[in-house]
Amino acid sequence: MSPSSPAVAAAVRESIAVGLAVSAYGVSFGALAVAAGLDVWQACVLSLVMFSGGSQFALIGVIATGGATAGAAGVVSATLLGTRNALYALRVAPIVGPGVLKRAWAAQWTIDETAAVATAHEEPAAQRAGFWVTGAIIYVGWNLTTLLGALLGDLIGDPSAWGLDAAAAAAFLGLLWPRLKRLQPIVVAVAAAVVAAVLLPVVPPGVPVLGAAAVAIVIGVTNWLGPKDAAA
Amino acid sequence: MTIWHWILLASILVYALKLSGYLVPARVLERPPVARTANLMTVGLLAALVVTQTLGAGTALVADARIPALVVAAVLFAVRAPFIVAVTAAAVVAALLRMTGWG
Repeated sequence: MSPSSPAVAAAVRESIAVGLAVSAYGVSFGALAVAAGLDVWQACVLSLVMFSGGSQFALIGVIATGGATAGAAGVVSATLLGTRNALYALRVAPIVGPGVLKRAWAAQWTIDETAAVATAHEEPAAQRAGFWVTGAIIYVGWNLTTLLGALLGDLIGDPSAWGLDAAAAAAFLGLLWPRLKRLQPIVVAVAAAVVAAVLLPVVPPGVPVLGAAAVAIVIGVTNWLGPKDAAA
Repeated sequence: MTIWHWILLASILVYALKLSGYLVPARVLERPPVARTANLMTVGLLAALVVTQTLGAGTALVADARIPALVVAAVLFAVRAPFIVAVTAAAVVAALLRMTGWG
């Protein structure tokens, strides 16, 4: 990247700010993963290989309620939460450019934050810098802090005495919050919350979350309360 | 299936989705219903996870220290506090309430 461009410098500064902030909460992921019953290695493999915060929290959240027997529901939840990365990839693909290996690597780093920083810029060099610098900082930082959190989680014993169960709820709320800017997503969030609460006492662990996803799909496909589609 | 199997299976699927955006022609995923449904599904899943994580105890609904902790986190998110601050505050509130014998 050329240091002569102010746009590139701005993208790099943004990447560093976003990257460090996101990396910090890898500590909470590591600690919560251990609290959910994973060992330190399992927590670290998730951050290395899955590398998508929402999906990681979803998988351990479901495993926390039902253990390995709820694993299938956890996998479905994690996968459904990962669908948005495919949409980010569409937007980021022209920024990454051609090359099979480069794209395969870029795919792993295609997450909320890299897509947000890269697409916030107009200049191609700044877009590239935003994507790759954000990806590199978060990949390294998130994995280091996951390890730290998992080791701490191993030390502290009963997770609920430290409020880690409440921290997990707050983490999901924090991921949800920026998405509640219009009527339709707010309606989906409320409906999904009600469905999950109603289902929770009567179905196996993990299934309430999938029921709530079904509600979102129905509202999404019918576009109830949504803005009119632009011509496709 | 052990936890290891689920971890690897889920990781492969999540990576496959990331890769799909680089392989699938843009017009398929850019159709408004597909993009909208994917975004709403994210919202629905996260909202459901907030509920199950706040009220769930196995397959029972319970009201305990997690509720006031979540309210504190919501206030902090509303005033744009950093993620780590709100999450840590929730943990501290729940831990203090439990230490003093509530929930």
